Amino acid sequence: MSIDTFNEPVIDRADVLAAVRKRARWTIAVPLLILAYLTYTWFAFGVPDLLSRAQPDRALILATDSVAYKVHVTKLLRRDILEVAIEGERRATYGDEDLPEWVTVDGTNSVIDLGEGYIVDIAGKVMQFTVPDYGVIKVTATNSGVTTELPPGDVPDWVSDNPKKFDARPTLDRRVQVTRTKIEVHNYFGGWENFWFPFGSPVYGMSFGEVVAAVFSDVRIDPDQSNASLILHEFWENPDWQHGAVFIALLETIMMAVLGTLTAAAFGLPLAFLAARNFTPSMILRFSTRRLFDFLRGIDMLIWSLIFIRAFGLGPLTGALAIAFTDTGSLGKLFSEALENIDNKQVEGVRATGATQLQRYRYGVIPQILPVFVSQVLYYLESNTRSATVIGALGAGGIGLMLVETMKTSRDWENTSYIIILTIVVVIAMDQASGWLRRKLIQGK
Amino acid sequence: MAGVAALEQEIMSLRKRRQLYSLIGVLLVIAVLVSGYSKSNTMNSGNFLDGLSKFFDYPSEIVIEAWEAGPAFFGLILTYLPAMLETLNIAGVATLLGGAMAVVLAMASSRNVDSWGPGIPVVRRVMDIMRAFPELIIALFLIFVLGSSPVPAMIAVAFHTAGALGKLFSEVNENIDRKPIEGLSACGASWMQRIRYAVMPQVAPNYLSYFLLRLEINVRASAILGFVGAGGIGQELRRTIGWGQGAGDETAAIFVLLFVTIMLIDQASSYLRGKLVGSGRAH
Repeated sequence: MSIDTFNEPVIDRADVLAAVRKRARWTIAVPLLILAYLTYTWFAFGVPDLLSRAQPDRALILATDSVAYKVHVTKLLRRDILEVAIEGERRATYGDEDLPEWVTVDGTNSVIDLGEGYIVDIAGKVMQFTVPDYGVIKVTATNSGVTTELPPGDVPDWVSDNPKKFDARPTLDRRVQVTRTKIEVHNYFGGWENFWFPFGSPVYGMSFGEVVAAVFSDVRIDPDQSNASLILHEFWENPDWQHGAVFIALLETIMMAVLGTLTAAAFGLPLAFLAARNFTPSMILRFSTRRLFDFLRGIDMLIWSLIFIRAFGLGPLTGALAIAFTDTGSLGKLFSEALENIDNKQVEGVRATGATQLQRYRYGVIPQILPVFVSQVLYYLESNTRSATVIGALGAGGIGLMLVETMKTSRDWENTSYIIILTIVVVIAMDQASGWLRRKLIQGK
Repeated sequence: MAGVAALEQEIMSLRKRRQLYSLIGVLLVIAVLVSGYSKSNTMNSGNFLDGLSKFFDYPSEIVIEAWEAGPAFFGLILTYLPAMLETLNIAGVATLLGGAMAVVLAMASSRNVDSWGPGIPVVRRVMDIMRAFPELIIALFLIFVLGSSPVPAMIAVAFHTAGALGKLFSEVNENIDRKPIEGLSACGASWMQRIRYAVMPQVAPNYLSYFLLRLEINVRASAILGFVGAGGIGQELRRTIGWGQGAGDETAAIFVLLFVTIMLIDQASSYLRGKLVGSGRAH
């Protein structure tokens, strides 16, 4: 089309108005469409129903439990014994002579001082709970259930009283439960219990300074091994926290990501040459390689993982292969696009010196795509660290599976938060490492 | 002449050292691969060679069962369409909400568009943290609190999307032409007006392109999250796989549906992105 330079360009008022109107319509229509879509999904997801079913108290419990632990004082009425144990675990039961100072025992009766004036008095089958600003609650366990005597007035909402079970939690960190078989008192404390060493271990309760001193001391705590190896063993095999198992699971996840990405890069690069127009004249070869990439990518990591879990079972190999298969497709596609966009002049230059084909690739092509290659591989490494946790959760093992399992049992939320924190630390560390490598390799800084 | 010879020697020694470094790098990668695979082979519950012979067992089992189902197989695919739609909705809403948040984050974290100075490093760190959070963790946590439903997955994906897109968007912002912004501020335009009339028109095509790319990634992510209890096609897949033998045709139907959907979205998004930013620049 030629432009008439002699006359002013013709601007038709009607055309301009039509264009403006069209734009205005779009500006109004797009937000309306998005709003309509969000409204539709609001109901499709069942959000109103969800909001009514949500259990925010669960989040509160989780939050409390992940930063605190509780000590159970349990009186078993049938056998008439009193036990004091961390988290009510048999392994972590206090002996009779080293009870915590807030529990006073007389035979099988006891007085438990929960602090700030909250006192529980257990005598026989009767529990008396003194609550400041409220009064004394007296609960008696009977053969058929419990009978409760509350102070006069309205029943507060932290008391749940029914003939089978009495449950009171006046504050978040104090709880008393009575059923016909037992009286149980929970006293909460901040922090993660037994994090370093298991309860009852010879090094339990030592301060950091004492541990360091023990490492360098000649006096062996356990005559069979040196103090350093004992301390390491006690830490590593800690049954509550399973530091050793968590560490191995993290290692598995990192292995999945690193092996998977490197394998994908190693297979993706040569295949990319087959898929690039300027390197493979054969239409059939090019087409089939591209479809192979599409196939590998389209099957998706989810399906590949499920197939590999069937074939290879649980472990890092499964995850690594699933990542490798998917990303051979993604990286291959990216590399072949990079190859198609290279500057042909450099290749021509190398050819003019009489280089063989291999030398042309080595000195004319590779230097051009190396930055793309390195930066993409590192980006994928970064995102695959996250993917590896998800694949793990599907059943391939590693930290993902461990996370799902501790969450399912929901026994101890501090274990879950420990794993979550470690996972995030590892992901961020991998991010930083790959960013550092990228800057180092590409910009030479 | 002596100077030239010395220079040549220096260049040669530099080259030798570079070659040595490259060689060490390549050997390192090979060593990691070999030792990693042999180590992971021993850590795996199934052996590699055993697995290799069993590799085609499962795919062929479900293909045979799908074949035996005959034309009813296509009916099966249709029955899973609502579940697939749910997964697509999770991805769609998550990308929309995450994308909207990403625009806000990006506008608050690039010097080039006159964001509030002291806030820039803070917002950048926030985005780093949002990106680092694996979706799985947020999804599992929210499933625990809210119960099994698509919403936890949606929130988890949106959270991650906001961080990831926010970073890409702010990189786009850093590369725009400042002249329109200066022109507008000369007329006394407010910050919002400058963003609306000087920044948005420049960045919109790139934003849309990244948005589509993210949508593609999010469809895959939501399918996977379904598998841990977030609803959609992933949950159906978990159910049929749990049934074991006999449900192979249903599993195959879901695989086919997932594959076709992902391919369609892939192709559509790369076509649209090619139109938006020119095929050469579509990432």
